[in-house]
Amino acid sequence: MRPTFSIIFFTVMSGAGYGLWILMALASLLIWPERPPGNGMAEVAWPNLLPCGLAAGFLLVSCGLVSSLGHLGQPQRAWRALSQWRTSWLSREGIAAILTYLPVIGIGSAIFHDGRMPVDAMTGGDPLAALWMSSEMRTVASILLLAGSVATILCTANIYACLKPVRAWHNRHVVAGYLLIGIYSGALVAWALAALPQGQIVDLRVLPVLVAVFAFATALLKHRYWRFIDHDPASSTADATGLGSLGNVRSFEQPHTQENYLTHEMGFRLARKHSRKLRTICLIAGFALPALLALLGLAWPSLSAPAAWLALIGGMSGIFVERWLFFAEAKHTVMLYYGARNAD
Amino acid sequence: MTGLPPPAARKLGLVIDLDTCVGCHACAVACKEWNEGGAFGPLPDQDPYGAEPHGVWFNRVHTYEVQGFGPSSAGSACKLAASAPSQGAPTHPESRPSTGERPVIPDPANAMSVHFPRSCLHCETPACVTVCPTGASYKRAEDGIVLVDEDKCIGCQLCAWACPYGAREFSAKRGVMQKCTLCVDRIYNETLDEADRQPACVMACPTRARHFGDLGDPQSKVSELVAERGGYALMPELGYKPVNRYLPPRPRRAGGTKPETRPAAEPIDTAQMSPLLRWVDRVLSR
Ligand code: SF4
Ligand code: SF4
Repeated sequence: MRPTFSIIFFTVMSGAGYGLWILMALASLLIWPERPPGNGMAEVAWPNLLPCGLAAGFLLVSCGLVSSLGHLGQPQRAWRALSQWRTSWLSREGIAAILTYLPVIGIGSAIFHDGRMPVDAMTGGDPLAALWMSSEMRTVASILLLAGSVATILCTANIYACLKPVRAWHNRHVVAGYLLIGIYSGALVAWALAALPQGQIVDLRVLPVLVAVFAFATALLKHRYWRFIDHDPASSTADATGLGSLGNVRSFEQPHTQENYLTHEMGFRLARKHSRKLRTICLIAGFALPALLALLGLAWPSLSAPAAWLALIGGMSGIFVERWLFFAEAKHTVMLYYGARNAD
Repeated sequence: MTGLPPPAARKLGLVIDLDTCVGCHACAVACKEWNEGGAFGPLPDQDPYGAEPHGVWFNRVHTYEVQGFGPSSAGSACKLAASAPSQGAPTHPESRPSTGERPVIPDPANAMSVHFPRSCLHCETPACVTVCPTGASYKRAEDGIVLVDEDKCIGCQLCAWACPYGAREFSAKRGVMQKCTLCVDRIYNETLDEADRQPACVMACPTRARHFGDLGDPQSKVSELVAERGGYALMPELGYKPVNRYLPPRPRRAGGTKPETRPAAEPIDTAQMSPLLRWVDRVLSR
């Protein structure tokens, strides 16, 4: 399948954004309630990891969504894509993406408001009463954010996983892969943000640990995925045409002498020629390097800031290569009619 | 709505005879003409009259070389093709001698070229409809024709990915997806003569290799043809339940590959003939 830049950019960027939001929602759920009420303001002081993370996620997700419109032939009609959620994962994705903005805007504006509240507003009366969001509301909003982000990633993955003609997509590795890579890239961004000069996260160690763990898990999954797609059960022009009972079938003459939409879009071969090298690059830059840097950051906390940013750059480049391969290596059954062996 | 309609009794579709198709592309050209050209309309292709024209074809005709199996397997293969039930048994991996399972003995005597028109099969459970986010892609409840509403389509191209048969093509010129309509604007068109209410490709085929009808009605001509000739569906294992059927090439007639025998020469008494005829005989006998 032809790797289209707008779709690769969209899935990587919005994946990272939703991964980041998942982590922020978890942080908001797990860390916030533990703060004693009086100290609440320390957590929401601006700038801080939570607002930074929500804002960065907002940027990533929005850039991704805008770029996905670039792929459409009639982008001005994009609103129609929200109508068929009963059957279409693409439609569900659009709805989930829009709904997930709501809790982000809620939590974000509450943090923004409360964090800038003058300290004297706290001294008189009940400080918590002055906050925009009660802790229960914040819990609800965080749960919604978590659910929305997970749901959107699952919808994105299922757009591909439900396509039977593309074996490299229609398998159980795909959904797990999108979710893991989303959270992993979110962790990379979160770690880099926490390493900013003003990043005041209480316990920085949890982020490099997350990066290392998810790098390992994702690399393992990708390895299994690649092994799966490399073991193609033989399918051939004979299967596609149903002429196999009469003899070996070979494409003798194509319908047209020129490339057409189908061969252009679904007959992309270059990636499979170089797939070994690209997979190695992806594994080393995307997963091994960030994992090592995370361990480095844990061992020598003073090195943690450069390590985090290097890990982000390496990791995201590796993920772009991974996503490029995800499209470019995939084979579509229609190419069997054009004489491909194993739909290449 | 991209939900599929409940299974209907009427299933309009095509039956394509791979035995008689000669690969002339008349169907593809007639289709292009009816659907894209119109009476005076321009071809909505990119660079239509230039060096690199690029556009949508609803119907594309492939040509395959079938190598042919040796005598031992050819018999069973032909039997299989002739007796196959209409649900596409010849394509089923178990029922087909495949290159992986047993050594194939190629036999040039059984070789043939097969011309293979490929267009939308108007599947009964097509994912090209259910994946569509806008409802532009839909299946008609009354006759099962699968259509794209070009005023709703956003050109996301997901349906083209979802079709295993390559029946949908994106028109860069129009920014929307296009596909075979089964000439829905002909088959119900009361301004046309009754006999002309058929898809353009069916009308154009010079060898009558294309048949149009209701495959949901077991008494219809097309259903009978499918039953008689062992018509099959393409890649039924994918579960899209195509409506269109392909009729397999018929087995070769016995003796077709024997060396040609010339009629025995009759004895002629040249002395009896006129000088002119004798001269003709001498010239022609050289
Ligand atoms: S052949 Fe393709 S486009 Fe036509 S109905 Fe089946 S899946 Fe859809
Ligand atoms: S390209 Fe058009 S018809 Fe196809 S899935 Fe997208 S919106 Fe639907």
